Amino acid sequence: MVQHRSRDVPFRGGGFRPARIRGVGLAVFVVLIALAEWGTRAGWISPLTLPRPSDVLAIFGELLATGRFWDHMVPSLTRLAVGSALGVSTGVAVGVAIGLFSYVRAGLIPLVAALFPIPKIALLPLFVIWFGIDEGSKYALIALGTFTPTVVATYGAVDNVDRTLIRMGQSFGLTWRSIVTKIVLPGALPGILSGLRVSLAIGIILLVAAEMLGAEFGIGAFILQAGSLYDLERLFAGVVILSALGVATSAAIGALERRLLSWRS
Amino acid sequence: MDLRLDRISHSYGPVEVLSDISLDIPAGEILCIIGPSGCGKSTLLRLIGGLERADAGRVLQLGTPPPDCLNPLTYIFQDFALLPWRSVRGNVSLALEDHALTASRKAEIITDVLVRTGLADFADAVPKQLSGGMKQRTAIARALAVNPAVLLMDEPLSALDAQTRELLIDDLVALWSRQRFTGVYITHNLGEAVRLGHRIAVLSRRPGRVREVIEIGTALDSRTLGDPDLDAIQRKLWHMMRDEAAAADRELA
Repeated sequence: MVQHRSRDVPFRGGGFRPARIRGVGLAVFVVLIALAEWGTRAGWISPLTLPRPSDVLAIFGELLATGRFWDHMVPSLTRLAVGSALGVSTGVAVGVAIGLFSYVRAGLIPLVAALFPIPKIALLPLFVIWFGIDEGSKYALIALGTFTPTVVATYGAVDNVDRTLIRMGQSFGLTWRSIVTKIVLPGALPGILSGLRVSLAIGIILLVAAEMLGAEFGIGAFILQAGSLYDLERLFAGVVILSALGVATSAAIGALERRLLSWRS
Repeated sequence: MDLRLDRISHSYGPVEVLSDISLDIPAGEILCIIGPSGCGKSTLLRLIGGLERADAGRVLQLGTPPPDCLNPLTYIFQDFALLPWRSVRGNVSLALEDHALTASRKAEIITDVLVRTGLADFADAVPKQLSGGMKQRTAIARALAVNPAVLLMDEPLSALDAQTRELLIDDLVALWSRQRFTGVYITHNLGEAVRLGHRIAVLSRRPGRVREVIEIGTALDSRTLGDPDLDAIQRKLWHMMRDEAAAADRELA
């Protein structure tokens, strides 16, 4: 009998499986900020290239102490909330209509495709004429900017609702209204929410753009003033606020998804 | 209520899928329809329940459905078609919500069908927690809730493993013995056909035609796995279908 050498079968199935690791994202931030702080203190980053993180933090302290922080935040948050609420709600309504009615689809998809690539900021002068120099034009800009991506995400989501579920609804004689509210809309919700992430990020970008072109208060105005004075600390403080706003909206949508979409397998 | 299929033909574009199908479906009987894949079995079932319109021929309802019947022609789908965001109870309730029923009557119906399908303890589970068998039981419960005159079953056990399939065959036989529903049962599984069919219609490959209708005299509840008479019928069916199935397998869609 021939003697066979025995060895373990080599393991080849590792990797390609994203795991949820906590704290790494935070660590990346901390390391980068620590590097910037060290570099600016040690002198191998000149203060003209990058502001010292601790100075930026000091700006925040000053802003909060004088109350200027909320003078800028409140108008900005109001504009973002009103503008994106308008844009997202009409966007969802139009997207659902495109998803449900062939005539609306045929009529509006080319229009949305035409609107989507226009840099909305280029339309600001027009909006100023239409809606006035103050809040109206800013609301309109943010609304239009969030509207188009919401429409595209929503009708895509409606198209992707499992047709067998709709057939099932019809086979049980459900009314059209029931099929839409109980099958189509809940089925489209995952797609609508992931579209909302994109829409709100675009909303924040347009908020700043609108505030740079004619606003006394607001994060955009604050950044613009700091930029024209080459006050890098204040500029960075403004940028940090925008990043934080982005992270906060994304986290809020994440929380909403976990709450509303727990049924997903 | 009986159903009659009168000379049904149907095409998808240039492809004829069903040709001149005439069948009678008398009340209280289960008709199994078998045939090679692509022979239009599922299309035929959609035509019977009014989810699609036939190019030619008619599906006739003979007589009226019983008055307490909420949805005369009710489907059970291969892939269950449960709403993943609703619990078992919610999925059954969906079929009742557009009918004028009192809340207590609805609750009564739901409890009754969940008990009959052995789901009483799972009423609040959501589909992702359920095994395939439990999902299909939920779909069966939903179908029973509307008290159908005819149950239209489109390969209801094909997505399940062999053991679960056996259990569900027993469940279906028990449900039928309790309340003799009319059924049209599409399958490609000959074993299921001989266990559940009072009559078995064999379709040819595309375009589907009725090749033969076989009657099985044995009562449903006395048919068992491995019964020699049933095995003989199953072999006969397979001989009838074998060449067609092989030819269908080599066809381009």
